Amino acid sequence: MDILNEISLFLQTSVQMGTHILFAIVGGIICEKVGNTNLGVEGMMLMGAAMGFTVACSTGNPVLAVLAAGAAGLAGALIYAFITVTLRGNQVVTGLVLTIFGTGFAGFIGKSVSGNIVPESVVSAFRPYDIPILCDIPIIGKALFSQSIYVQMALVVAILAYFYINKTKMGLYMRAVGENPAAADASGVNVTFYKYFNILLGGFLCGVGGAYLSIVFLTTWQDNVTAGAGWIAVALIIFSTWNPLKAILAAYLFGMLKGLNFKMQGWGIQVPSQFLEMLPYVATIVVLVFITLRKKKENQPPKALGDPYFREER
Amino acid sequence: MVHQHFKLVDVMTAAENIVIGQEKGVFTSKKRMAQEISALNEKYGLKIIPDKKIYNMSVSEKQSVEIMKILYRGADVLILDEPTAVLTPQEITALFDILRRMKEQGCSIIIITHKMAEVMDISDRVTVLRKGESIATVVTKETTPKQLTEMMVGGSVSLEIERPKVTLSEKPLLSVKNLTKRDYEGVNVLNDVSFDIYGGEILGVAGIAGSGQKELCEIIAGLDKANGGEITFDGDSILGLSPRAILKKGISMSFVPEDRLGMGLVAGMSVTNNVILKSYNRNRGPFLDRKFAKSLAEQIVSDFDISTPSVNHEVKKLSGGNIQKVLLGREIWLAPRVLITAYPVRGLDIGASYNIYRVINEQKKKGVAVLFIGEDLDVLKSISDRLMVIHSGEVIDIVDPEEVTKEDIGLMMLGHHREEGAV
Repeated sequence: MDILNEISLFLQTSVQMGTHILFAIVGGIICEKVGNTNLGVEGMMLMGAAMGFTVACSTGNPVLAVLAAGAAGLAGALIYAFITVTLRGNQVVTGLVLTIFGTGFAGFIGKSVSGNIVPESVVSAFRPYDIPILCDIPIIGKALFSQSIYVQMALVVAILAYFYINKTKMGLYMRAVGENPAAADASGVNVTFYKYFNILLGGFLCGVGGAYLSIVFLTTWQDNVTAGAGWIAVALIIFSTWNPLKAILAAYLFGMLKGLNFKMQGWGIQVPSQFLEMLPYVATIVVLVFITLRKKKENQPPKALGDPYFREER
Repeated sequence: MVHQHFKLVDVMTAAENIVIGQEKGVFTSKKRMAQEISALNEKYGLKIIPDKKIYNMSVSEKQSVEIMKILYRGADVLILDEPTAVLTPQEITALFDILRRMKEQGCSIIIITHKMAEVMDISDRVTVLRKGESIATVVTKETTPKQLTEMMVGGSVSLEIERPKVTLSEKPLLSVKNLTKRDYEGVNVLNDVSFDIYGGEILGVAGIAGSGQKELCEIIAGLDKANGGEITFDGDSILGLSPRAILKKGISMSFVPEDRLGMGLVAGMSVTNNVILKSYNRNRGPFLDRKFAKSLAEQIVSDFDISTPSVNHEVKKLSGGNIQKVLLGREIWLAPRVLITAYPVRGLDIGASYNIYRVINEQKKKGVAVLFIGEDLDVLKSISDRLMVIHSGEVIDIVDPEEVTKEDIGLMMLGHHREEGAV
């Protein structure tokens, strides 16, 4: 019983630690599905974290804080979209620059609010709560149904994203744009609109993901709060083969690796903490090696990923 | 509009490709798509399986999907750009049946093609275009291929491709034995391919696009490795030699891929720079002999009548025909003893095509062994001394082009051997 309880607590922590990554992966998938490699995920997360935290502190309104975080990510994505879609700039360089910009922006904003603590009104809104009966399911009950609403939001977003991409008209068109923009264009799909819309949507989600760390997980400001989670998310986009449902698995798996770091000390297992902190990153490399071995057509990246679309190009 | 190069999303199903841009409402429904498509299938005699993924389809199936895309939009006007370039004769007949059926249903069809036989077969009226100008519109029944060609070229041309008789070399210049190549999935893309080419001979290769032509060219030119078999040039094995060593021996390849620029030329470089790509190592020292290169480029430009503002013009800004002339000109300047040329007239107008046939024939007269990979069976039949038909990387037969009909070749391209009675 004790072990079961321990496992269920561990899973609960893992889910919490994977939440911001899940937002970021889903945001990244949506962006890549229209054919844009976005290495700015980390930057957009940080912008969201800083803006969300600032608004949470100044207004005490949880909804406004989340929206502000999303808006910050969206603003970052807008810069990226303008350069890569309208000006057809290089996506890799633009993404990298966006991350550097986002890091600086977050540091700048964060300086004025560092030392503040997220007000009680926001903290209580995002406090984990028990969903009756469901939270008593052994092992996974606590992980899924005794969580902050923010954590559950991530799950819902991932599932909605799956339906959006695979079952809706807009999803079909966005996939066509990412696979073969010329085909989409010839069929009367507005390539530029679909690229902008989905890049911005992806940016919004990245921003919201970043804010989870600052306003829910830590509740204080800490510089470079994402600590590379955005980069892991970029790798996990490939791990999840551009499928938001697999992204849930990927994110929580990495949450577990992070969670181990905390729990192992509690369990009295002596492993250097530096080694454990390294684990998620090593795992990322291993994962990338394995997924390049897959050959199934459906698991390949969108065909036009990384290519700027120019109608007259031949 | 059905484009010459299909605009389809490979990983999606036929149905999904068809409805892109046309869906009403928020959600997509597989059932409804399938119903609508089978209704259209019946109306026009198409055979599209809505759930089949595009990457699993043959070229003619993909083309049907393209046509269906237009019909699905309720269009009455259909524009087809070179629809038959990639089809076998049997598939062309099927396509024309569909087009006739659409005509009966009241559709207007514009078909752009360079194959004269098809123009005479399918069209009611013909418009001849030359350099962006409409020359004339005539009723098909009242005209002849010769008359049309003259309008296209703007002067009289002979439609005969000559096949000069040349004494063959005693021994084969290039001989390929049991060549086998597997792709990374372990599928045989070339299976036990054997043939000989003698000096002064053109060996034509007929086959559906993607039957192993590209791999064959690349292995002979040393760009790719074979999994088995041997290739000898003038008695020496050349398998495993580097491309440069093979080039030095006098084997030269010009492969015109579908996008024309894929390999062979660098799009963003000038004509001069492209010309010296294959001869830069002839001069000593670290610096390029630009003067020599420039004069060489100018010579090729004038020999082949390439229209370019200057030899410093970027290759990608030239027209398709001129790009191909630059490529072929460079290869021929190297004075090869074996010339491999794949789709050299792809996308060229009749006048330019005949020029290229003439150039190839001149090489043959010089005693060069030519491997000519082509698309148009009429051309292949008249230019080659012997014709090799391949299907999925296997040589089906090597025949005398005088002795077979186009239909026979078509069946062989689909993998039927001549003895199998289907002919």
